[in-house]
Amino acid sequence: MATPEAPAASAQSGPNHGMRIFLIWLPLTVIADLLIWFALYPHLPPGRMSSSAQHQQFDIAFMALLCAPVLLFVWIYAAYALVNWRHREGDEEDGPPIFGNARIQATWISVTAVIVLGLFVFGTFELIVPAGAGAGEGPAPIWKPNAANPLQVQVIGQQWAFTYRYPQFGGMESSQLLLPDQRWVEFHVTSLDVIHSFWAYKLGVKADANPGVDNIAYTKPQELGIFRVQCNELCGLWHGAMYNYGQVVTPAAFQAWASALQFKQANNGILAALPPYRTTYDPTVVPQLASSIVKIDGITGAAGYYYPPQDPVTP
Amino acid sequence: MSLPVRIATLLVAFAAVVVGAAFIVIHYFLGSPPTVSFNASGSVTNVVLQEDPQNNSSSQPQWVSYFVQDPNTKQWVHTTLFSVPKGTTVHMTILGYDGCTPLRNNFWSQVQGTIGGHVNYSVVNNKGVATPTRSVSVINSWGGCTVGHTFAIPSLHLFVPVASPNALDSANNLCGVSPCTSGPHSVMSFSFKVPDFGAIFRWQCFVPCGGGYIDGNGGPMQTFGYMTGNMEVRA
Repeated sequence: MATPEAPAASAQSGPNHGMRIFLIWLPLTVIADLLIWFALYPHLPPGRMSSSAQHQQFDIAFMALLCAPVLLFVWIYAAYALVNWRHREGDEEDGPPIFGNARIQATWISVTAVIVLGLFVFGTFELIVPAGAGAGEGPAPIWKPNAANPLQVQVIGQQWAFTYRYPQFGGMESSQLLLPDQRWVEFHVTSLDVIHSFWAYKLGVKADANPGVDNIAYTKPQELGIFRVQCNELCGLWHGAMYNYGQVVTPAAFQAWASALQFKQANNGILAALPPYRTTYDPTVVPQLASSIVKIDGITGAAGYYYPPQDPVTP
Repeated sequence: MSLPVRIATLLVAFAAVVVGAAFIVIHYFLGSPPTVSFNASGSVTNVVLQEDPQNNSSSQPQWVSYFVQDPNTKQWVHTTLFSVPKGTTVHMTILGYDGCTPLRNNFWSQVQGTIGGHVNYSVVNNKGVATPTRSVSVINSWGGCTVGHTFAIPSLHLFVPVASPNALDSANNLCGVSPCTSGPHSVMSFSFKVPDFGAIFRWQCFVPCGGGYIDGNGGPMQTFGYMTGNMEVRA
């Protein structure tokens, strides 16, 4: 039977496995992290089309830099263990007992504490600097960009399309999303019916669209091009088809497009027909309108409403 | 219970389960409204639809519904699936028999994506007398009892409000048997280009006309054959 002392003595006289593993791990880690930083990072999604997207790309690269050494250590340790600590013919003894190691415990606690607190600081910094990192911050955002005149764009989700209102252009509305390059954008995301989610992946923007809620998100486009907008909240039959494409254009092209659309909508009467711009809209507008318009007659519903009184949309 | 009876019972039960499962799969999962196929005359494809305040199905006859007119038989088919040749100009006519309902987003009162950016429409009263045809780019659903439904193909950026018949006329004489062949209605016509490649484009109504469902967007709004469907562009 083995005694605790005997294996300890043989272990002391054996090779320094920890150093061996470290010497294998260190160059591989350096190589992997260099490859991640210089080869992988510039091509990581979501790209650099906006400030928030660029920060998200940096976050993913940073996470990869941290994960690669851990992954390599696990693989190297497992491979080293398979080669060196496998069962050998005639060796029937137990391994050396372990009675605890205060140094390892202290090191483990210290290192993990530093990592967790470091990630906390890093994560908070990455939320603040890109003004919320492109996420919906609710109606009273904590982190705002230091910009004098951000472009306000209201994103309106409805089954099953997004439309966009531009309050700085008379409240004109469009089914197309155009944004100017190099200008902060303040999205006001809301819904007219069920819960949707505005997700412009290449812009690094994602915000829930809830009826009666003004969900604000910021980003600053910094590359010209086309990006896809899609709903990211299961919202009914055509949820999967609820997408369209937006475009980042030059400030001059944006100004021309927005002004022309405002002019057109003022002329054809749709601008006057839209409700005044508000950060949210009442989803029960249909039965409310019905109660005023339907005075002419009782049209498709009962009891003077478009919908029957027991209908869920009847206020 | 004897062994033969047990076996027979087991076989009957097994057959019942198999038949029941097959019925569910065939009727509910594989079942689909028919597709009406349209051919081009030259470079133009004429498509005729109508929307009714009810339909002729046995399951949900009270739901509002579109119908498609078969170009060969001129019969109305209770479906919302139709196909057109690629690269053609679709000239669409919609007969709007249903009464009005306001749009939740009045932005859809604006005509978008048609050739010329407008629709031509007239309103026919209960006696069959039509108003002069007007060409408009907006039919304001909040300005009065004016819009019944919409026809929209979002992927093609096509959004067309479908006018409702005269309010008082429709209140008193609304078509009550589908497919409608008489009664007050609107006649809408517009044209749009379909792509030069084969694809399937979903279309829908943006009026929350699913009465009895939350937000008016359930039931017929989410069921093929009623207020949503597919336009297949044949390659």
